[in-house]
Amino acid sequence: MLENLFVAIGDWFNNLGARAGAPYWGDLLELVWILVAILVFLGLGVAMLVLLERRVAAFIQVRYGPNRVGPQGILQTIADMVKLLGKEIIIPRAADKVLFLLAPVLVVVPVVMLFAVVPFGKDMVPIDMNIGLFYFISVASLTTIIVWMGGWASNNKYSLVGAMRVVSQMVSYEIPLVLSLLGVVMLVGSLKISDIVRAQEHVWFIFTQPVAFLIYVVAACAEVKRVPFDLVEGESEIIAGPYTEYGGMAYALFMLAEYGELILISALATTCFLGGWLAPFGLTFIPSWVWFFLKLNLMILFFMWLRWTYPRIRVDQLMHFGWKVLVPLSLANIFITGIGMYVYRALGW
Amino acid sequence: MQPRLETEEVIVNLGPQHPSTHGVFRMILRLEHEVITEAIPVVGYLHRGLEKLAEVRTYTQIIPYTDRLDYLAAMLNNLGYVQAVEKLAGIEVPERAEYIRVICAELSRIASHLLFVATFAMDVGAITGFMYPFRDRERVLDLLEMVSGSRLTVSYMRVGGVAEDLPEEFLPALKKFLDDLPACIDEYNGLITGNEIFQARTKYVGRLDPQVAINYGISGPVLRASGVYYDLRKLRPYGIYDRFDFEVPLGKNGDCFDRFVVRIKEIEQSARIIRQAVEQLPEGPVMGKVPKVLRPPKGAEVYHEIEGAKGVLGYYLVSDGSNRPYRMHVRAPSFINLGLINEMVRGWKVADVIAILGSIDICLGEVDR
Repeated sequence: MLENLFVAIGDWFNNLGARAGAPYWGDLLELVWILVAILVFLGLGVAMLVLLERRVAAFIQVRYGPNRVGPQGILQTIADMVKLLGKEIIIPRAADKVLFLLAPVLVVVPVVMLFAVVPFGKDMVPIDMNIGLFYFISVASLTTIIVWMGGWASNNKYSLVGAMRVVSQMVSYEIPLVLSLLGVVMLVGSLKISDIVRAQEHVWFIFTQPVAFLIYVVAACAEVKRVPFDLVEGESEIIAGPYTEYGGMAYALFMLAEYGELILISALATTCFLGGWLAPFGLTFIPSWVWFFLKLNLMILFFMWLRWTYPRIRVDQLMHFGWKVLVPLSLANIFITGIGMYVYRALGW
Repeated sequence: MQPRLETEEVIVNLGPQHPSTHGVFRMILRLEHEVITEAIPVVGYLHRGLEKLAEVRTYTQIIPYTDRLDYLAAMLNNLGYVQAVEKLAGIEVPERAEYIRVICAELSRIASHLLFVATFAMDVGAITGFMYPFRDRERVLDLLEMVSGSRLTVSYMRVGGVAEDLPEEFLPALKKFLDDLPACIDEYNGLITGNEIFQARTKYVGRLDPQVAINYGISGPVLRASGVYYDLRKLRPYGIYDRFDFEVPLGKNGDCFDRFVVRIKEIEQSARIIRQAVEQLPEGPVMGKVPKVLRPPKGAEVYHEIEGAKGVLGYYLVSDGSNRPYRMHVRAPSFINLGLINEMVRGWKVADVIAILGSIDICLGEVDR
């Protein structure tokens, strides 16, 4: 019952539409339901994440964190949102007005688009296309351009430096990210998200592809611009990088996108390495989507733990590490995976 | 014709409103990509004319102004000033007051160095590293509040002694703090010093040659990190510093990492001095015989140096026979240590500029006076 809760709601909408008119009405209604569910998930998820991050940070830093607005401070993010909504968005005189205002709006778009292929649970991949992973990676890299656009349009030197760092960092780290996922794809033989999860029924890929997982976590950390790779907005150097000139809701939208990306990158880690919605130890009485959220949050907490422990690395060290360590390592991983698979088949196990 | 890729130098204004210039310090950076080709420091945004103000205040009235020089180590500023005046007017200080002064001054040094550890961690991006030293610095400030009633601007020392005797609860609280300190330092070492990324960010960055450092008059932990044995507490002991047994930690490479480690070790040495001072603390008065109106002889002048938290802190006083100094000058270590900033950051990246500036540990209250 609980297992198929969301699938059942989707079907109910589909039937409702089909009965009301032509069959495509049903599909349309189901799509609307999916979209609303994703947006609610994104909004609530980010609101909770912001609070969670602040509380986790406070815990790590021996202080209390926000605990005044609502019980245990759970309404803090909403209070912040209201405050940010009331703030004026200041546009610098020399900024390119159109691009400056367009960037915070556009930056949310890829994030919402990416949720289309997130496997929330069994049969709960909103659009289970056969190039799911490829779609994920290609749309994810769109954010780079938008953040860069915002940084350049601000016409501020700190923003420009930050924007340039965005481009160089994203381009450098996307390569090991993709190459690490390639190992998984080789094992599965499919780019379809649901196939990737199903292939892990016996053993999760974190055990068969430990190096790939490690590379993925490091590269993902850089992709979502979090410590130790937060050079893009390294506040002790370049204030807030591309976000320097943004205030009010425009800034909030960038933050929304950033936390959305954190969810997504953790979701992809869960999908490709931690067995997605699959229950460990045969604990299948817990619904698959609960498992997915548990693993997702585990990954998110891991990223938060990293963020609040490490210092920031320098821009040349970042490049050095990306190109001279991660890329060769991920290539070697692909090579070894290939040999392993060949041996595996030759032995006929 | 082939299209040419044009690059140009960018001039970035770092400060005076910038999160990591430690106050209202401004640097004009000339950047080639992210590499610094020139850094022009601009100071003066916090200028209050302390030296001029001192000329129309009596000798006692100047003490609160010294708090506001290096407000992170106010006791040391107090100490330097009152000792200069005592030298000028030839005033004897009772034993107990001398010991209390040492305890408070070293506590102030610990507070200043803890703040450095915290802010330096922040400068290289470790935000959590900022919190732990601050937690412990708060305890030092509580101790200072016990003796003086104020956390930062203590104004505790007086010409001829200290304002008041130590309160009852001070010594037990101090002992507890000193007992907890080694564990705290282990925590910093685990969280910050031992961190791979921290070391990658600081080792061999902003190296300072000992000879260059001496030529530029650089002093304090920055000089000692370059391996120069120069600590006034050892070389020219003032007050009763010759009675204590402590070491002068030295660095080897003179890089940001050494400057960080030297300061952590100095915290340990300061704690050692305080322990000895508490053990030897005699009973007795805390104020010596000081005339109601202080009138040093006409034409007398004195220059007195102490080892401040940031370097050699010197006070130069000239008397014209009245109850006010004719001239006061402060040799502010932060200001002089800053003199080499252009040479130190040239060729490094923007991120390193922040680390190097942070490792010099300036206090703008002192730089601009």
